[in-house]
Amino acid sequence: MPQIKCTDLTLGYGSQEILSGLSFEVNAGDYLCIVGENGSGKTTLMKTLLGLTKPLGGSIEFGDGVTARKIGYLPQQTDVQRDFPASVREIVLSGCLGHDGFRPFYNKADKALAQRSMERMNIADLSRRCYRELSGGQQQRVLLARALCATEEILLLDEPVAGLDPKVTAEMYELIESLNKNDNVTIIMISHDIDKALDYASHILHIGHEIIFGTKDNYLNSKHHAKKGDASYD
Amino acid sequence: MTDVFSTLGFYLSKPFVVNALIVGVLIALCSSLLGVTLVLKRYSFIGDGLSHVAFGAMAVAAVMGLTNDMPLVLTVTVVCAVLLLRMGKNAKIKGDAAIAMISVGSLAIGYLLMNIFNTGSSNLSGDVCSTLFGSTSILTLSTFDVWMCVILSVLVVLFFVLFYNKIFSVTFDENFARATGQRAGLYNLLIAIVIAVIIVVSMQLVGSLLISALVIFPALSAMRVFKSFKSVTVCAAIVSVVCALIGLFTSILAGTPVGSTIVAADIAVFAVFFVVGAVTKRTA
Repeated sequence: MPQIKCTDLTLGYGSQEILSGLSFEVNAGDYLCIVGENGSGKTTLMKTLLGLTKPLGGSIEFGDGVTARKIGYLPQQTDVQRDFPASVREIVLSGCLGHDGFRPFYNKADKALAQRSMERMNIADLSRRCYRELSGGQQQRVLLARALCATEEILLLDEPVAGLDPKVTAEMYELIESLNKNDNVTIIMISHDIDKALDYASHILHIGHEIIFGTKDNYLNSKHHAKKGDASYD
Repeated sequence: MTDVFSTLGFYLSKPFVVNALIVGVLIALCSSLLGVTLVLKRYSFIGDGLSHVAFGAMAVAAVMGLTNDMPLVLTVTVVCAVLLLRMGKNAKIKGDAAIAMISVGSLAIGYLLMNIFNTGSSNLSGDVCSTLFGSTSILTLSTFDVWMCVILSVLVVLFFVLFYNKIFSVTFDENFARATGQRAGLYNLLIAIVIAVIIVVSMQLVGSLLISALVIFPALSAMRVFKSFKSVTVCAAIVSVVCALIGLFTSILAGTPVGSTIVAADIAVFAVFFVVGAVTKRTA
C-alpha cells in the first residue's frame, strides 16, 4: 500500500482547471521531486495534497500510516513570519498541536519531542533565540524541526532552498537527504532546480504540458528520448 | 502632594469611581491580549471597523427605544467580525477594503438613523460625541454594566489562556496548522467572536473611535522590546493595564476625557519602548 496514491487528479481553483490527468504514487522512503514551470500547478498540487484545496476531480488515497492530517509541511516563508516575535522553542512546539486535539497545554511528551527535533536539526542551542533574528538557513531548520514534530512519516517541502546562499543550500540538501536515508522519512519536494533534484531524488514528477512520473532513471531516459526525438525533427 | 492624595481618596470613596477603575483595568487587559495576534495577522484596523459597527448597532438600539442595548450590539458585532475574518483571502472584496466599507457604512447609517429618529433628545451631537469618544460613559456605569463587563472579561481571559498555543499557531502559520490537522477554521472563528466581544465591552471605556489604539498600542510597544510570543503578550497586558490606570487617575485629577487620556499614556509608553528597542538593537 503506497503512502499516497493519486489517481487521475484534476487540479484548479473554482471552475478554473490548471492540470488534469495526474496520476502518481508515493511509497515509504521515497524522495520525490516535483518539478515544472512557474504556473504549472506545483503549489496547487501541494495544497491539494495537504488538504488545503479540494481537487476538482480524481482521488487521493492515503495509506501505510499516513493520513491527510499527518503530513509534515515546510512552507515558503511569509512576510508575517519575518517580523514575528517568537522564540525558536515556541515555534517548534507548535508542531505538536496537531495531535494534541483540544488539550490546552503542552505535555512532557510534546516537550521531549520538540527537544529531539531541535537536536536533529542542530538548533538546540538556539531554542531561546528570537526567530526573526536568525539567518535564512537557521529559520528553515526551525521550520523543519516543527514539521518533524507533526509527523515522522512524510514531509512536504515547498522550495526549501529558495533565497539561501550556495553553502547553506548544500547543507540543507544534505540535511534533507539524511532524514530520508537515515530516518526513512518520505520526502516530497517542490523544486525549481532540476539538476539538484536529480542529484538527490529517487522519483521525479514533472508537471506542465506533458506529465512525466517515474523513477529518476526512467525520467532521465524519457528526457533523453525526447531530446533525440527533437533532434531528428531538425 | 497630600492634596493629590486627599483628592484621590475622596474620589475612591465614590462607588462610581471604583466601578470605573474595575471596568477600565479589565477592558485594558482584554483588549491587549488579542492585540498581538491582530497586528501580526494584518488586521490592525478591524478594531476600528468593528467599533463603528457597534456604533451603528447602538444607534439602531436607541431608535428602537431599547433600554439595554448590549445584547443587540453584541450580536451584530459578532456577526460582522465572523464575516470579516471568515471571508479572509477568498473574498471578492479584500480584507482592508471590506473593513473600510463596513466601518464607514455603519458609522454613516448610525448617524443618519439617530438624526432621522431624533426623539426629543436635545443634545444629539453630544450623544454622538460621547458614543464615539466615550468621554463620560465610564463614570455612569450601572451595576449591570459592571457585572456584564466582569463576566465577559473572565470569559475572554479564560479563552485566551486555554487557547493560547492554538492562537499562536494559527497566527504564525495558518496553512501549517490546517495541514497538520489543527482546527484552524474553528480557532479563527473563536478569535473573531472574542474580538467582537472585546470591542463591544471596550466601547464603554474609550468609545468607538479610540478602540484601535487600545488594542494595538500595547502590542506594538511590547513588540519593540521583547522577542518571544509569551513575553510580548505578557508585556502588552501589563503595559495596557498600567496605561489605563495612569489615564484614569490623570483624568480624575486633571478633569481630562478618560479615553483620550488613556490613549495619550499608551502613545507615551510606545515612544519609550521604541527608543529602548532601537538602543538595545544597536548595542546587541
